Amino acid sequence: MAAEAQRAAPAAPPAGPLVRVGALKRYFDVSPTLLTRVLERQGRLILKAVDGVDFAIARGETFSIVGESGCGKSTVARLIVGLYRPTAGAIEFDGVDTGALRSRRALAPLRRRQQMIFQDPYASLNPRWRVCDIIAEPIRVFRQLDGNAAILARVGELLQHVGLAAADGEKYPHEFSGGQRQRISIARALASKPEFLVCDEPTSALDVSVQAQILNLMKDLQRELNLTYLFISHNLAVVYHISDRVAVMYLGRLAEVAPTRALFTRPRHPYTRMLLDTIPDLAMTGRQRTPVAGEVPNPLNPPTGCAFHPRCPFADARCRAERPEPQRPKDGGPEGALVACHAVEEGRLPADERAPKPPAAAR
Amino acid sequence: MTPHSTAMNAATDPPTTRPPANQPLLQVEDLVVEFPTRRGTLRAIDGIGFHIDPGEVLGVVGESGAGKSLTGAAIIGLLEPPGRVAGGRITLENERIDGLPPEAMRRIRGKRIGAIFQDPLTSLNPLYSVGRQLTETITTHLPMGQAEARRRAIELLAEVGIPAPERRVDQYPHQFSGGMRQRVVIALALCANPRLIIADEPTTALDVSIQAQIIALLKRLCREHGTAVMLITHDMGVIAETADRVAVMYAGRIAEIGPVRQVIKHPLHPYTVGLMGSIPSVGMERARLAQIDGAMPRLTAIPRGCAFNPRCPRAVERCLADRPELMAKGTSRVACWLHGG
Repeated sequence: MAAEAQRAAPAAPPAGPLVRVGALKRYFDVSPTLLTRVLERQGRLILKAVDGVDFAIARGETFSIVGESGCGKSTVARLIVGLYRPTAGAIEFDGVDTGALRSRRALAPLRRRQQMIFQDPYASLNPRWRVCDIIAEPIRVFRQLDGNAAILARVGELLQHVGLAAADGEKYPHEFSGGQRQRISIARALASKPEFLVCDEPTSALDVSVQAQILNLMKDLQRELNLTYLFISHNLAVVYHISDRVAVMYLGRLAEVAPTRALFTRPRHPYTRMLLDTIPDLAMTGRQRTPVAGEVPNPLNPPTGCAFHPRCPFADARCRAERPEPQRPKDGGPEGALVACHAVEEGRLPADERAPKPPAAAR
Repeated sequence: MTPHSTAMNAATDPPTTRPPANQPLLQVEDLVVEFPTRRGTLRAIDGIGFHIDPGEVLGVVGESGAGKSLTGAAIIGLLEPPGRVAGGRITLENERIDGLPPEAMRRIRGKRIGAIFQDPLTSLNPLYSVGRQLTETITTHLPMGQAEARRRAIELLAEVGIPAPERRVDQYPHQFSGGMRQRVVIALALCANPRLIIADEPTTALDVSIQAQIIALLKRLCREHGTAVMLITHDMGVIAETADRVAVMYAGRIAEIGPVRQVIKHPLHPYTVGLMGSIPSVGMERARLAQIDGAMPRLTAIPRGCAFNPRCPRAVERCLADRPELMAKGTSRVACWLHGG
């Protein structure tokens, strides 16, 4: 596969991020039907799933988005690969504004370079197709190879690359376990020789030992093929393991962005601190977790000001009234760090240093 | 839930007698669960034994298909047909409860053994108000009138941390969030003050911040009521925080059982070692996670000898032929030829 020159790399790789989103918004109209609205005198109901998100992903980087259900992380993933159209905002891929390209034909060359791995390996593979047809589909769609023999040879290569046998192509998805199916999903995603993979909870449906296999495979592939990952997960330990940089989302907006180590050792946003407190203590240090009261509010009716203020121990009048924007922390912080919090900005928050666990805990 | 059964309950159930402290609350011996199929009988659980002491939290951990949920279902008599208990004994407070007629088992469920399942939405009846479900359970198992039962229902809701319980008691499950629903399910399990609660993945369907709340709640309630818990989960983190002892299951058998600290910090069975190494952990810088190659065998193809031998990095000849039973090693017991035999 290496000999094939994984992708037609431009002579001089352009500088700048591979993916950049600016002021990205996606609203869903979840109104009742017109008749109900008229009869019951209700207005329209708009769900702001993603409400103004900015970030950039560098080449070869693994950028993760964490957050609880309903925070909009999966919507961001789907927006970037074009499964949804943004309500507002821009998505740039390799310097090209995808919003400007309306037609399928114009978008095809970009779509080839970005692929997606989904959470549920049982729902994301067509049960009536043989595995070889599933993996060959992107090759056929993008007309990358001619002739069945060449395509099958390539499928066999891909299967071996993800740790399956070339002969497995003859089988149907139901003959595989969850972890093997996720390997098939990865082989399909790699078939069009993409540079950018969007992984939406790729291991959440898997057992831990299988999760380890898939995470190791993803790291190996990233190194070999120089892939860039957008990784969506709610599992903070997985995110810690795989990411270079992490964004924390809450109710459709970014709460904090920081390099992985900085985020986990010196969380700034109160929501990030709360999330870190929920990580079960496997090292059994006897640390008592303090579960934070309250739940994620209804996204149809988000709180005013900072969306986190009803659960935030540091909230004051300004937090209830004025929505904080993500900005560089006053004390600088690491490169690329952003926090959307009035209390952090005003220096009202005590610093929260978390020493990384002693290396003795590592096996 | 007929008035008839209520009357019977009141008549036949004296106040719970506590067994002596040195006697286990629940004893499972050599339990076998089988599923007859057209192509032969599948053994999903193959001779497992363990006990739970009064007030103790026993974690049962394992991957999908290891048989942990089936063990719980067998104990509360809720095996889905055609699954059946094909051997062994289950004793609750010195009384044998496997093979009881359904009506007798139904009176044990809820009264002496409570159950909490993964998905709070499917554990609650969407057509009944939360209060009705609670009072029905209370009047079924305890000699109480409607008004008294309703008072107890409100108390229970308050106890599991539901705000404004007087108002919430008349609401329906869909009016509760996922975390609040799981609190209602816990209240339902606690209705009759059972001695044992079987909690099957109680936090898996919940967000991480809610997960922490529910675990804290379960721990507090069990401590206050002296309730023992069999906590079934795939999440070692939950076990580490909650359990006193843990049983690690693999392919229908217990691979290792012991004090939770011992099993997590110094696992003995190569499967447990691999499992612990495969869990990513915050603060641990590792290029790669430890990896157990392969997958758990299907029930139709359990290997001879130790079921883990094809994946075991330390398998020797004996592992291919002889099946290891649980052997004492320090404070744990482990089914592995490396540690005795």
